[in-house]
Amino acid sequence: MRAAGIKASQALPETVKIVEVGPRDGLQNEKVVVPTEAKINLINMLSESGLTVIEATSFVSPKWVPQMGDQVEVMKGIKKKPGVSYPVLTPNLRGFQAAVKAGASEVAIFGAASELFSKKNINCSVEESLQRFDEVMKAAKEAAVPVRGYVSCVVGCPYEGKVAPEKVAHVAKRLYSMGCYEISLGDTIGVGTPGSMTEMLEAVSREVPVSALAVHCHDTYGQALANILVALQMGISVVDSSVAGLGGCPYAQGASGNVATEDVVYMLHGLGIKTGVDLLKLMDAGSFICRALNRKTNSKVAQAACKL
Amino acid sequence: MGSIPTTVKHCLSYEQLFEDYPWLRRWLQEEKIITEHEYPKFVKIVEVGPRDGLQNEKEIVPTGVKIQLIDMLSATGLSVVEATSFVSSKWVPQMADHTQVLQGIQRAPLTQYPVLTPNMQGFQDAVAAGATEVAVFGSASETFSRQNINCSIDESMLRFQEVINAAKERQIPVRGYVSCALGCPHEGRIEPSKVAEVAKRLYEMGCYEISLGDTIGVGTPGSMFKMLQMVKKDVPIDALAVHCHDTYGQALPNILTALQMGVSVVDSAVAGLGGCPYAPGSTGNVSTEDVLYMLHGMGIQTNVDLNKVIEAGDFICNALGRRTNSKVGQAKSGTL
Repeated sequence: MRAAGIKASQALPETVKIVEVGPRDGLQNEKVVVPTEAKINLINMLSESGLTVIEATSFVSPKWVPQMGDQVEVMKGIKKKPGVSYPVLTPNLRGFQAAVKAGASEVAIFGAASELFSKKNINCSVEESLQRFDEVMKAAKEAAVPVRGYVSCVVGCPYEGKVAPEKVAHVAKRLYSMGCYEISLGDTIGVGTPGSMTEMLEAVSREVPVSALAVHCHDTYGQALANILVALQMGISVVDSSVAGLGGCPYAQGASGNVATEDVVYMLHGLGIKTGVDLLKLMDAGSFICRALNRKTNSKVAQAACKL
Repeated sequence: MGSIPTTVKHCLSYEQLFEDYPWLRRWLQEEKIITEHEYPKFVKIVEVGPRDGLQNEKEIVPTGVKIQLIDMLSATGLSVVEATSFVSSKWVPQMADHTQVLQGIQRAPLTQYPVLTPNMQGFQDAVAAGATEVAVFGSASETFSRQNINCSIDESMLRFQEVINAAKERQIPVRGYVSCALGCPHEGRIEPSKVAEVAKRLYEMGCYEISLGDTIGVGTPGSMFKMLQMVKKDVPIDALAVHCHDTYGQALPNILTALQMGVSVVDSAVAGLGGCPYAPGSTGNVSTEDVLYMLHGMGIQTNVDLNKVIEAGDFICNALGRRTNSKVGQAKSGTL
């Protein structure tokens, strides 16, 4: 499969919205569990860096995800900055209700593009999972709470291998027509390349307007920034990333997961694209959480910059 | 592509021109859009691990290990493996065994083994040791040139002219490098026109290929695009290569941008060997494995076996007592 030629001078978006997933997707996939206070401090620091969307926590049962056990305290403890959104994951109606009670004003739901992944991850088929979310969508509509939809395994699955772009398009379309205002397409195991990324985005953008799409790239094989670049060239202007590249990959031990927000911002600013993010303040937040986790940053920009 | 003489433009209206020459509208559009063509079908990888990589590692590996690394790399299908550097061992002790390395490797029949030759002395030593391709290093930054090789850009070009002339006599091809193509640790921003000027000089002096190096890895697709746009006016695109450093994680998107603009030669180092002397602890060269993963994923041919490169990477990292810098290498070793 040859990647279609893309004009290098193709107009890129003037601004890109960064969706910061460090406090949720990042911390959820770190070995060390940080105290609630540290999570709150991290989110507050991120709020000050200019980010407009910070995924705060997850209202999934602490039985499954102990790292997110303090979801209510985090939600109630953070200093919500005006103009900044703090979406939380809500896998079912109960989670949704708990989230709203704790003060959430935006939620997110997760679908998979791979049947096997859905079965292994949440013990039901893709269709069944989407039907579960129907309840959440109804409740969210009534409460006027916007819902973001995630599709995982968009370019590859740890069990199925290659994933058909049409399947991704189908799931994305379902989530969009159910009422999700934005669909984040996740390269869950980071196997995507500009080749598979382009193919997948072409299929999805036929079903969902490009302005409602986001990319959530993992850097497990070092491809994230290249993948984000082709996504931008195809008109995508929302990018998920995680401060300090928090969050490993549960399917490749020791490997990295989320792409680092600092590295994404560096690239975007180098392209003349506005993000509203202050890179230095972002790096401060990254150093803070890495100290709390007692680990080195996964961000190359942070590694390089702090040595100069 | 010739340009329309201004006299003709004055005589005829553009509408008339478009009518008479149907290809003209498309041609004009192509000039506006920087690149309309597809990605290259084939990309040549120039493996710089054994030289650029090992030169910038803290640990010095024994000659036997270097030779084994190069032999393993030769077996992967790579068509260019930069073997060593004939620079004074006083300056670069890691490359002191240059003669033994060059004489010790088992040369694959279709693979080139260029070596660095900063001056006539180095060139003569290289030829005596059996070198069949050499490389010279210029800089787009005056300050970097003075700090690195103790002379101005102009003076360095004179030195290289000597080497290139001697190489021509022996029919030895010479590759030219331009460092600081996207930024300099001393001067900061580097004007694309300066890069173009140095690249052009090296090309006109007789270098068959010019490798444009983002020495401190500060480049982004934005600056890469602007720089290449300028350089390709003076040097044919198929004589250009990119040598991206991954210090700020930008190497792969920068390489992607270069490919979109028609570049089809990429320098990289197995396991991402070689740090950055200007940002201690940071990475330098982009890893060959990660580049291959991207290219193969895009359907671009390289004739290189990724798994064998990963093996060579594992070997040299063991010898160096360090972890690979390659994300593909890290992922493959951890995959359940």
